[in-house]
Amino acid sequence: MSTNSTGGIKPKHQRLVLLVIALVALVGAGLLAAYALSNQASYFYVPSDLVKDKPEQGRAIRLGGMVEKGSLKTRADGVTIDFIVGDGKARVPVRYTGITPDLFVEGSGVVAEGRMEGETFVADNLLAKHDEKYVPRQMGDMTAAQAKEVVAETK
Amino acid sequence: MIAELGLAVLWMAAALAVLQLFAGFSALRPSGKALAGVVRPLAVMQGALVAVSFFCLIDLFLETDLSVKLVAENSHSMKPFIFKLAGTWGNHEGSMLLWVTIMAVSGGVVALVEKRLREDTLLATLAGQAFVSLGFYAFLLLSSNPFERLPEPAPEGAGLNPLLQDIGLAFHPPTLYVGYVGLSVAFSFAIGALITRDVGPAFARAMRPWVLGAWIFLTVGITAGSYWAYYTLGWGGWWFWDPVENASLMPWLAATALLHSASVLASRNALRAWTVMLGVIAFSMSMVGTFLVRSGILTSVHAFAVDPERGSFILALLAIYIGGALALFGIRASTVTEGERFSVFSRESSLVFNNVMLCGILGIVLLGTLYPLLTEAFGAKVSVGPPYFNPVSAIFAIPMMMVMTVGPLLRWRKDKPGRITATVAVPALLAALVLLAVAIMAPGIRVLPMLGIAVGIGLAVASWFPLRGRNLRRTPLSVYGMVFGHFGIAVALLGAAAESAFSTERLAAMNVGDTQAVGPISLKLENIEPVAGPNWTALEATVSASYKGGTPVTLHPQARTFTSPPGERTESALHTRWNGQLYAVLGNEGEDGRWQMRFWWKPFVPLLWLGGLLVAFGGLLALIGRVVHDIKRLRAEDKIAYRKSQQEQLK
Repeated sequence: MSTNSTGGIKPKHQRLVLLVIALVALVGAGLLAAYALSNQASYFYVPSDLVKDKPEQGRAIRLGGMVEKGSLKTRADGVTIDFIVGDGKARVPVRYTGITPDLFVEGSGVVAEGRMEGETFVADNLLAKHDEKYVPRQMGDMTAAQAKEVVAETK
Repeated sequence: MIAELGLAVLWMAAALAVLQLFAGFSALRPSGKALAGVVRPLAVMQGALVAVSFFCLIDLFLETDLSVKLVAENSHSMKPFIFKLAGTWGNHEGSMLLWVTIMAVSGGVVALVEKRLREDTLLATLAGQAFVSLGFYAFLLLSSNPFERLPEPAPEGAGLNPLLQDIGLAFHPPTLYVGYVGLSVAFSFAIGALITRDVGPAFARAMRPWVLGAWIFLTVGITAGSYWAYYTLGWGGWWFWDPVENASLMPWLAATALLHSASVLASRNALRAWTVMLGVIAFSMSMVGTFLVRSGILTSVHAFAVDPERGSFILALLAIYIGGALALFGIRASTVTEGERFSVFSRESSLVFNNVMLCGILGIVLLGTLYPLLTEAFGAKVSVGPPYFNPVSAIFAIPMMMVMTVGPLLRWRKDKPGRITATVAVPALLAALVLLAVAIMAPGIRVLPMLGIAVGIGLAVASWFPLRGRNLRRTPLSVYGMVFGHFGIAVALLGAAAESAFSTERLAAMNVGDTQAVGPISLKLENIEPVAGPNWTALEATVSASYKGGTPVTLHPQARTFTSPPGERTESALHTRWNGQLYAVLGNEGEDGRWQMRFWWKPFVPLLWLGGLLVAFGGLLALIGRVVHDIKRLRAEDKIAYRKSQQEQLK
């Protein structure tokens, strides 16, 4: 009786149909996510990787390294800065328009989020060591990976 | 003394939880019936003891007892009162004690007031709650003792991270925690119902107010957190898809799905296994979030002290609880008998669609959050941000919101498309017109904001339709709750879309006296002066802003320097108008003496948080409606029982 009134779905089958729909949707979401992630995830580079293996122009990436001493220059508009990020092996020019983080200074570490435009890395955002306790995770990795040589060479 | 009292009371509560677990489970067997009477009092006592312990910690922080390690490491005698209080949970140990407190107190309240559920299911639920609590007691007492003393009292406290010294700290973590941990009740209900094979409408009715309550707090907590990040970070953004934000969004998505499927189960006795499953998933997402935030696997201002041992501890708890619950589900799911059926075109179907879409978004967010951890295991460091999350979640969110306009108008079980075509045509046409208008008037607009505005306006109108043709005085509060909730989603969507589409930004180096313009607003930097607060000094700019040449208002963005602990923070200044918000940030002084200033004009952005609050308000209306209804029903049942017994006596 109720079978007829609900569109002819057999009693045992509705649950199965729901299960299949849910699974299809979730697997679809998973595939979609996997596809989008492989395209949209932004990779972390240090200058020597960036020079060795150039990322495609305009793709969102992050660049970590030391701000070279004496390289920081402010342009005439007062808000755009140019500086060079190095890791002791390679150097990459960086341009950033905006307010720099409080502890962003020459000779200290930085992680820049942005993209390559020509030979210049254009940063949308800069992460600097905030204080002793709150270090951006990527920078922690970087100092562990490139370790003391970077600091030794840039100091 | 207070610290020792707090610790002792906490151990006692843990012991009571052990008793509660054993008494609860033994009482389910015929031989253990005698123990049934002690389970409820045990749960209530446990809740009370933990609350005492939490008040002890608050007292230690208020007195700044520097012989306690946690206080010495996180507080400072010079801190303002409100931050001494809020500092109690502004650290790892204190926040875990808050977690356990909410868990035990909500268990106690369930024991005290829950009368709708079958008694054996309730016993199993309380035993389940004790089982979950025990893991967190162990975590707290064995690896995160908040009451640990220092061998020598510290001369002065280390202070609180400046980013956290904000009124937001007083509200955002506790509300979010009540939401997170409140879902543990739904989890325990699900476990209880699986154990006693009592998955049915009565179970859903009993669980629903608890889910609603937790969900309201989650909504408020997320909204408040978003606003806090917006004004305190000085980046002008309100959602960064930061793993920590995702950690709060995932339980919300699961709880939203649970709320809707529980209402299908309560009204129509369908979606039984699905509801139980969501009950398990919702709290699992809370625990995954806690693991991500507290394990030190991610670094953020939320991570506090990083300690790998604690991370493994939480991971073990996760494996035990989620794995255990899923195993129980796997074993018992086949015994959950199938519920009532419904046709493809019915309210149930639209709710199933909503559920599947919410779970799809949940999956997208979860994968995006975990992906960097996965790739790191293979040596590649990546981060995932808005270019992934925004479009991919929109693929699920936009169809969901379209169905939201139709779903509430449908009848339960079976409906005819023809009955509602005329009604739905209105918002659909409106949305199409808006889409056209936006495309013509703002040709450069991106696809997502454009769709957002069109769907938002359609939904904002359609969300009121369920009230049509009803006697407004006799309409149940829960219907109003749904209307406000859906309307709030539309309002928030409009705010987000407008912010994303029409924000304008101005970044400039200014001398005192210089003028600038952002959007319709002209700005003048009047002066820059040093000012001082209780534990900080700052440079404060005075900016006058005038909307389209009208009367100017003044804003005071600051760059603050904190002394204990040393740190800097920009304090943005906001001016809110009915049609948008002006956002001003003071930056650094350049070598030429000019000041970097950053301004945004964000049309209609306050709608975003207003929408969030409307959603929570809708939840509150529904909760009040449900509770009042249940109380009336219980009273009526009592009366009937009383009259029956009277009549029996007369005979």
